[in-house]
Amino acid sequence: MSTGATVIIGAAIVTFAIKAVGPVALGGRELPTWFTSVVVLLAPALLAALVATQALADGDKLAIGADTAGVAAGGVVAWRTGSIVACVLLAPAVTAALRAL
Amino acid sequence: MAGLLLSLSFGVVAQDAGLSQLEAIVMSAIVYAGSAQFSAVAILAQGGGAGAAVAAAALINSRFLPMGVALAPSLRGGVVKRALQGQTVVDASWALASRPDGSFDRGLLFGSSAAQYTTWVTGTTIGAVWGEGLGNPHDIGLDALFPAFFLALLVNEARSGRARGVAALGALIALVLVPIAPAGVPVLVASFAALVGLTRGAREAVFQRQEAEGEAR
Repeated sequence: MSTGATVIIGAAIVTFAIKAVGPVALGGRELPTWFTSVVVLLAPALLAALVATQALADGDKLAIGADTAGVAAGGVVAWRTGSIVACVLLAPAVTAALRAL
Repeated sequence: MAGLLLSLSFGVVAQDAGLSQLEAIVMSAIVYAGSAQFSAVAILAQGGGAGAAVAAAALINSRFLPMGVALAPSLRGGVVKRALQGQTVVDASWALASRPDGSFDRGLLFGSSAAQYTTWVTGTTIGAVWGEGLGNPHDIGLDALFPAFFLALLVNEARSGRARGVAALGALIALVLVPIAPAGVPVLVASFAALVGLTRGAREAVFQRQEAEGEAR
């Protein structure tokens, strides 16, 4: 099986399981506070790591380039307007413009 | 609108990360969780393995656990039916269907999720099939699209000082590991930054919010 197929099937199974477990097994029960407290912080930790490894690195080397500037510009727009669409449109546009110079 | 644009982008960028057209479409059809799909494909694009990609998807999806628990009392039926109804939870449908008293409007949940599912799969198909016509991915700055999407989510997500601190710590851990760890691993290890949630202050913040929500019911 190709890597792509493995990832798709694996991601489908874990997503199904995670979405099912609350409604099926934990109905009406409260999750322990420490658990919820860690889960709500997982997204910021992972998202920041994904941004950093893509915008500030190239493979296994730290690298700053046109894409770094594009992502930064998108980030400012997201921060000022809260719009995901504006951010996702602007970042590649700025990156492409810098590369075309 | 946002969903259409993001699914279009997913269709284009997934191929850049090595998925075939069909694989990109199938992934949207059977995973149907935007940030998990983007995370898994981002790990592949960095050269990470299938295990790291699936682990990243699972971790980013972990937020559906507390969301599913909150939804549970509003669902009816047996185990299979409840498990299937749970699949309709995505960020937008969950938020839209939640009522001020803590219960959920099932019709709104299923309806909005069905509409989003259709958009999501259609957009991915269009992006996967016609995305090549956009030109060289590097020239059009497509490599900036993934991190920009994650950054936009992060900006909307990290409202508290604690969340911003954890984000900074996660980014730092990942960057320190990039030169020395195998691809895909830095992002996974960065998730340990969330263990800040075990500190007393963080647990008290969650407890107080739950109390406040309880009183609102």
